[in-house]
Amino acid sequence: MLKVVDTAVPLACWSCSVAHNESTLFCPHCSKIQPPSGGDYFSVFGLQPNLNLDLAALEREFHRLSRKLHPDRFARAGESEKQWSLADTALLNDAYRTLKDPLRRTEYLLKLQGAEIGESSAAGAGPARGGEGKGGNRKDPSRVPADLLEKVFDLNMQIEEMRMAKKMGREDPELRESLGKAKEKFDALVAAVDRDLRAQWQVWDAGDAAAREPALRAMAALLDRRRYLGNVVRDVSEILGV
Amino acid sequence: MAESRIVGIDLGTTNSLVAYMQGGKPVVIPGVDGSNLVPSVVALDPISANGGRPTVTVGNSARKALIETPERVIYSVKRLMGRGLEEVRKELKYFPFRLAGGVEESEVPRIQLGELRFTPPEISAYILRQLKRNAERFFGAPVKQAVITVPAYFNDAQRQATKDAGRMAGLDVLRLVNEPTAAALAYGLDRAREGTIAVYDLGGGTFDISILKLRDGIFEVQSTNGDTHLGGDDIDNLLLAIALDEIHAEHGVDLRAHPGAVQALRKAAIDAKIRLSSESAAHFDIELPNGDRYQREIPRGVFELLIEPVLARTAGPCKQAMADAGIAPEQIDEVVLVGGSTRIPAVRALVDDLFRLSARGKKPHIELNPDEVVALGAAVQADILAGASQATGELLLLDVTPLSLGIEQLGGTVARIIQRNSTIPASATEHFTTGVDGQTNVAIHVVQGERELAADCRSLARFDLKGIPLMSAGLPRIEVKFLIDADGILHVSAHEQRSGKAARIEVKPTYGLTDEQVENMILDSFDHAEEDFASRLLIEARNEADSILAAVSRAPQNPAWNELSAEEQAAIAVARDRLLAVKQGNNLAAISQAIVALDQATHRFAELMMDAAVASAIRGKTMSEAGKELNEAVTAPHAMAPAEFK
Repeated sequence: MLKVVDTAVPLACWSCSVAHNESTLFCPHCSKIQPPSGGDYFSVFGLQPNLNLDLAALEREFHRLSRKLHPDRFARAGESEKQWSLADTALLNDAYRTLKDPLRRTEYLLKLQGAEIGESSAAGAGPARGGEGKGGNRKDPSRVPADLLEKVFDLNMQIEEMRMAKKMGREDPELRESLGKAKEKFDALVAAVDRDLRAQWQVWDAGDAAAREPALRAMAALLDRRRYLGNVVRDVSEILGV
Repeated sequence: MAESRIVGIDLGTTNSLVAYMQGGKPVVIPGVDGSNLVPSVVALDPISANGGRPTVTVGNSARKALIETPERVIYSVKRLMGRGLEEVRKELKYFPFRLAGGVEESEVPRIQLGELRFTPPEISAYILRQLKRNAERFFGAPVKQAVITVPAYFNDAQRQATKDAGRMAGLDVLRLVNEPTAAALAYGLDRAREGTIAVYDLGGGTFDISILKLRDGIFEVQSTNGDTHLGGDDIDNLLLAIALDEIHAEHGVDLRAHPGAVQALRKAAIDAKIRLSSESAAHFDIELPNGDRYQREIPRGVFELLIEPVLARTAGPCKQAMADAGIAPEQIDEVVLVGGSTRIPAVRALVDDLFRLSARGKKPHIELNPDEVVALGAAVQADILAGASQATGELLLLDVTPLSLGIEQLGGTVARIIQRNSTIPASATEHFTTGVDGQTNVAIHVVQGERELAADCRSLARFDLKGIPLMSAGLPRIEVKFLIDADGILHVSAHEQRSGKAARIEVKPTYGLTDEQVENMILDSFDHAEEDFASRLLIEARNEADSILAAVSRAPQNPAWNELSAEEQAAIAVARDRLLAVKQGNNLAAISQAIVALDQATHRFAELMMDAAVASAIRGKTMSEAGKELNEAVTAPHAMAPAEFK
């Protein structure tokens, strides 16, 4: 992931030699494109690392920067400018993709803050490392949140039963109804996690240093739970064909 | 203009086109025969009697050779691009081409064409060079830069193969654009559209669906899906298989042993398919070698039942694309139809149903010719790249990668590092370490696809990180950066963070040519020095004039000649004399015009000849007899400069 730069080191523009802050993508003096800097995803958009975002404004800024940075604008430029445009646009796209999605945004903030959260602790695990990804194939039972253990166990039994029934070519309406109800229950659990997550966003964005530390821990736990519930809902939806 | 023009090219499975922006509007550049479509057919001419080098022809005249010398012709090569030997072997079940022997499993497959062998990118390069020449003739100036379209669902290897073909044809490929996105550009240019549009693109060999959001001139692709093995070819093959089976069962004749006859029957099947889009039934009436007639009526209802399974395969990708974009059919404001196969009424009915169009009082967009719209969009993108144009200055295309990128983990599962439908360019950084003390290499297997197991995904490349400094296991920290560029092609770089050393990467693409191989395959061509250009065009035009004149002089000996009216014969004579008169002059435009005029005057004659040749091929005349007839015919010469081989 991107290095987090603590102090802005002034750099000189390759074109006009005027010094500028490292996290800019264009020279403020001559407007020429600059090599990608070490800035984080928030700084790409000139934002503070906050979790409540104006998505419409984010999109407008994404479009405005795309117009200036995209490789299409540098098709006939010199080789270095082409390379920088490619790298800058990749950074811009990665940043937009991450920030526009509430879960990815939260996860990214936690990573910036150095919190270890579930599957996203990717570094240094060798070729068999964990990735961000959906991780749907990873069903480590020890990771089932304790309060859900029983519910999930029942649900998995039913899903398996439904799968068998489907294979035999017959369908049990009672089972389907029961699964539908279970899905509603889990949907509600997801909604509850999302509500709790948003409450933690408020704490984080308020900026009180003492409150931030527990908020990070709470968000890390909520994200784990959210990811687990997301997989469950996906599996039920899949078997129900909705 | 100081800089040369950038053209837009649609390199299609069935037909290819080249277009450019003229005064703010994209237009297709016609070939010398006046046709906008260049059939994507490449033929190796028979070795001439005087022992000259074999030449390569492309387009309409190559298509005619399909019946005459099927073993020297290749079509639908796009289906073979970027594919491995095993895949090509499967593909070739449906085509009359032969794989060249002696090719290793790990090498790019080669197709045997007469006495020569070619990789798929080389075949495509011949088509591209033809388009390049058509454009050069049109402009009277060299063309060196192009935008080429590819199916949105093309994977990394297929994209790389297309770029390689461009390089072999002497083109600097500035951008690969996804076909449905290009079509959206062509439509979006007319008025400043806003909203969500779906592009349904069913071509000769590939199917794509893309969902885009248009806003302030930005075309932002939300999701894309498709099938690179689905198109009009599949429908042709169905009709062909039925005809072959019925002929075998009812008349005891197995035409499969006669490639020429199969191709003739294939042409009849394609004609029937096209007729069924406007008529309620089509007829096969074909005389067989044993004198029997194969007569068959295909009502549209039967045809629709037959192709239903093929068309149904487009529904899944459409639904997936909508799900990925997070939208319901009702949220799609407009649907654009692209590709010749969308002329089929059953396809339109399916699209109407999928996107609930008539239920919402809407109709799909078919205003632009579905065969041309992709090339027109490529020309728009070319204009965007050229920059500083009034028409396109505010436009920008933001496309996505169609397939997820992943790395094989222990146990053979895939860790996804870039999700499908991510806006490109996109990047991901991963860290790797060693498992054994003193280990200096780490092998990484990169795959593309959505399946959980690496074995079920498409293998892209194996990277070997070399030169890792000697350290205890787990201590090195190698950062590998994966970057998908604006063409949808992957680049990888790496460095070891603790020692600061750049780890050396050896990239072994699973399917594809090395840089050096591509270099060696660059088509021999004329020197493109600007000062020689005008004289080269003049020489080419004169050569072309000579060959059409020679063909016309032989025409009266052909039986088909007598089927022409006296007026038609007189018109040919007038056009011939006109060409004879201007041929020796230096007026290139006059010569080109006279060639087109003579070509048009002989058009019906050429058709009569074709029909006769098709009939004789099916009747089971010997190949050489059929060939002789075709050789003596006026085959509307396409813009064909002689190609030379090393």
